Amino acid sequence: MQTLEQTSRRNFMKIAAAASGGLFLGFNWTNSTALPVVVDAKSIAAGNINFNSYLSIGTDNIITIVSPNPEIGQGIKTAFPMVVAEELDADWKQVKTVQGNLDTGIFERQVTGGSGAVPHSWERLRKAGATARHLLVEAAAAKWNVPAAELTTENGEVLHKTSGKSATYGELAEAASKLTAPTEVKLKNEKDFKLIGQSVRNVDNHNIATGKPLFGLDFYKEGMLFALIQRPKAFGLKLKSVDSAAAKAMPGIVDVVTFENSVAVVGKSTWQVKKAKDALKIEYEKAAELESTADHNRIFSQLMDNGEATVRRKDGDVEAAFKSAAKVIKAEYQCPFLPHSPLEPMNFFAHVREDGVELVGPTQTPERARTEVAKITGIAPEKITVEITRQGGGFGRRLSADFVIEAAHVSKLVKAPVKVVWTREDDMTGGTYRPAVRYRFEAALDKSGTLIGYKLRGVGMNSGNSTREDNFPSGSVDNLLIDSVEHKSPITTGPWRAPITNFLAYAEQSFLDEVAEAAGKDPVAFRLELLEKAKKSPVNAVKYDVDRMIAVVKMAAEKSNWGKKKGVYQGFSVYFSHRSYVAQVGEIVMQKGKPVLKNVIAAVDCGIVINQSGSLQQVRGGVVDGLGHAMYGNMTFKDGAPDQTNFNGFRLIRMNEIPEVDVHFVNNGISPTGLGEPALPPAGAAMANAFYKATKQRLRNQPFVNEEAFKGIS
Amino acid sequence: MALFKLLINNRAYDADVERDTPLLWVLRDNLGLVGTKYGCGIAQCGACTVHLDGKAVRSCVLPVSAVGKAKVTTIEGLSEKGDHPVQQAWDEVDVAQCGYCQAGQIMTAAALLKEKPKPTEEEIVSTMSGNICRCGTYHRIREAVKVAASKTN
Repeated sequence: MQTLEQTSRRNFMKIAAAASGGLFLGFNWTNSTALPVVVDAKSIAAGNINFNSYLSIGTDNIITIVSPNPEIGQGIKTAFPMVVAEELDADWKQVKTVQGNLDTGIFERQVTGGSGAVPHSWERLRKAGATARHLLVEAAAAKWNVPAAELTTENGEVLHKTSGKSATYGELAEAASKLTAPTEVKLKNEKDFKLIGQSVRNVDNHNIATGKPLFGLDFYKEGMLFALIQRPKAFGLKLKSVDSAAAKAMPGIVDVVTFENSVAVVGKSTWQVKKAKDALKIEYEKAAELESTADHNRIFSQLMDNGEATVRRKDGDVEAAFKSAAKVIKAEYQCPFLPHSPLEPMNFFAHVREDGVELVGPTQTPERARTEVAKITGIAPEKITVEITRQGGGFGRRLSADFVIEAAHVSKLVKAPVKVVWTREDDMTGGTYRPAVRYRFEAALDKSGTLIGYKLRGVGMNSGNSTREDNFPSGSVDNLLIDSVEHKSPITTGPWRAPITNFLAYAEQSFLDEVAEAAGKDPVAFRLELLEKAKKSPVNAVKYDVDRMIAVVKMAAEKSNWGKKKGVYQGFSVYFSHRSYVAQVGEIVMQKGKPVLKNVIAAVDCGIVINQSGSLQQVRGGVVDGLGHAMYGNMTFKDGAPDQTNFNGFRLIRMNEIPEVDVHFVNNGISPTGLGEPALPPAGAAMANAFYKATKQRLRNQPFVNEEAFKGIS
Repeated sequence: MALFKLLINNRAYDADVERDTPLLWVLRDNLGLVGTKYGCGIAQCGACTVHLDGKAVRSCVLPVSAVGKAKVTTIEGLSEKGDHPVQQAWDEVDVAQCGYCQAGQIMTAAALLKEKPKPTEEEIVSTMSGNICRCGTYHRIREAVKVAASKTN
C-alpha cells in the first residue's frame, strides 16, 4: 500500500543529497535584490545554508525545482517552476517539481492567498534560473576554452555553434557548482520567452488521474487514530455537559476528550468514529445571542439608517452635490453568508510529542498553523514541522488554522498521532463564512447626466471594512462618501475567495448600470467616461491603473461585439481586484420565453500570462464560481444554527448550468499581477445586467434564485 | 464486526469491519485505496464514484455488506498504467485544478463511455452534472469526455 507519507516525505534536502554531485542553487525569496549563491551538495545535505529556496541540477540531467507555496488548484506548482525553467533554458521534460514544506529559514511568504504568489516571486524565480544558466555557460566556456559570449543555451544544453560542441546541463553541473555566482545577472527580454506564455499541463495530472495519495485526507500513518469533533450546533452556544458513555462503549473507539467547546471522539476508523459521535449526549447553554436570518435583516435595516459608521473615504462636498442634483438614484443590494465548500473538507494530522510536533495536511498558511500550535502546546516553533499536502480547494477557508489547532489539542490529549477529519456537515456548519453584507448606493446626476455625487454605505456581519473605498469609481467622482458599519455577530466569518469584492463588485457594477440608465448613457460609454475623468482630472488618490482598466473595458466591448448582436441581451461589468483587471460581458438569450445565460466574454489583464492553459482555466473557473454562488449560494440561520448542512440543501453550480466562457488576455508585457481571484468578482454583475436588459428587472439580492424576477427560471 | 471478502481491481481483499460501513471508508481506511474521495457522504457530489460490475455507484452510501460478489473497480484499477482513454483525455485537456473531484469525474465518465461509446453532448452533460467540481472545471470535463470518446472506436 502506497500512502501519501511514503511519496511525499522525500523532502528536497534528501533529493538534493541523493543526486550525485551537481549544481545546487539557493536563492533568496526575501529580497529581490539579494543575489543567488552557489553552494555545494554537501552543505545543502547538511542543511547548513543561508538561503530560501533551491533548484538543483543533477548529473542525470534532472532539474528539480521546489515550489514552496501551497497548491490549492491555482496552479502554482506548475507556474513557479516554469518561470525558473524559462530563464534557465531548461528542457521542460527534464524538470521535476517538489512541494516545499514549511521552512521560514529559507522561504518567505509560504502563503496561498490574495492572488499574491506569482507577483511576489516573479523576479526571484527568474534570477534563480538566470544565475544557474550563467554558471553553466561559464563552466562550458572554461571546459572548451572559448569566450562565454560565443555560447548559447537551449533545451538544457550549452552550445558552441562555431565549433559544433555541445554539453548537457547535467554534464556541466558539477563544474558549474564550483564557480562563484555572478554579482549581476541578465534576465531575458520578455519577447524571447519560449516556455512562459505556452500551455503547460498541470504537473500532477497523472497522479490525479490515477488516484495517487496527494491530499491531506489521503495521509495515513502507522498507529494513527481518527478524530471527529462535535462543535456547538449553533453559534452562540457553549458546552455545558457531556455524556460520552454510550459513545465510548462503541466498537473501535479509543477515547472521547473535551477541549474548549469541542468534544472529540477518537478511534480506529472514520466510520466508527462518526457513529460514536452521533451517539454523544451533549448539553449546551447560551453564551451569546442565537441569531436568525430574520434578525440579520432587521439589523441591516437598523444599522443602515442609524449605525455608527466609520468613514472610509470622503471627497468634495457630497451633501451639496446631492442637494443640487437633477436626479438621484438609490438602491440597496444584499448578499448572504456563504460557506467555502472546498470539496476536500477540513482535516489535519498532528502528532504532539514531548520533544516536538509533526503536522501534516492542507493549509494555505503553514506558518500560522505552526505559530498557533506552538501557543497551545508550549512547544517551540523550531520543534514543529509542517508538511504541506496538495489541497482539495481552499477558497480562503484554509487560511484559518482552527482545524490544525484541533488536531494538536486532540493529539496532545490522547498522546497519539491523530488525524482530525471534518464531515461535510462539520465543514458547512463550522463557520468562518463569507460575511453577509448589505450595501446602500446613492448617486447624484446633474442635468447633463454627469455623475456629480456618489455615496456607498456597507453594513456587514463581522465584515470589518465591507467597502474597498479606493477602488473604481473613486477618483472619478468629485463628491464621494464611502463608509461602513459592522455588526459583531456570534456567527464566525473569514476570508472567502476575493474577500469583500466577491460581492461588492456585483453590487457596485449593477448599481453603475442603474446610474448609466438614469443618465441615458450606454453602460460601456458611461464607465469609459468615468475612467477618462479619473485619468484627466483625478479626484484625490487614484489607486488603480486607469489605463489598464480602460484597456479591458474596450477589449471586452470589442470581443463581445458590444451592443451590436441581435437577439442577445448583453450585460457589462468590470472590476479591479488583487492588482489585476477583468471586464466581462454576460450574454442572455431567450429560450422558450426564459432568459438563459449563454456566454460570458472575459477580458483579463493580469500582466504576463505564465501558463496559458492554467490561466485560461483559472478565469473560467473564477467565472463559474462567481456565477454559481451569485445564482444559488445561500446560507441561512435559525436560532444560531445553519439551515444548510450539506450539498442537498446548499446548491453548488453544476455542468448543466454553466455558460460558455470566452477568455481574452491583454498582452501588455507587465510583470504578472495575480489571477487566483480577480476573475470572480465581475461575474455576478455581468449576468445581472444582462438579465435586466432581457427582463427589465434588477437582481439586487443574492442568491438570484430567490428573487421574484428569477422565479420559474432555474 | 464481520469479515467481508471483496474483489477490487481484480484482486481479493479481506475487510473486518461493521456491516454498515460504506464501501468508501473500507477502501480508504482499511484497504489503503485512497484514490476514491470523500466529499459529502450523501451521494450528492460524486467524488466517491467507483464501478460496481462496470456501473458507476456512489461508494459513500453503499454499505460494504451490499457489495457481495460484485466486482469493484476504483480509480487505482481503472487501467494498469493509468492510460485508460479517459485518463489520457484528462491529461491532454489539462482538466484538473485542485484535482480532488477528478477521480470521481473520471470514473463517472468511464462508466458512461462503457455504456455509450459515442454519447451526445446532452448525454455527457446530463451524466456529468451529477458530479460537483468546486473549482469549476466543467468546460474541460465536458471536452475531455468528448476527447476520450474519440479515442475509443
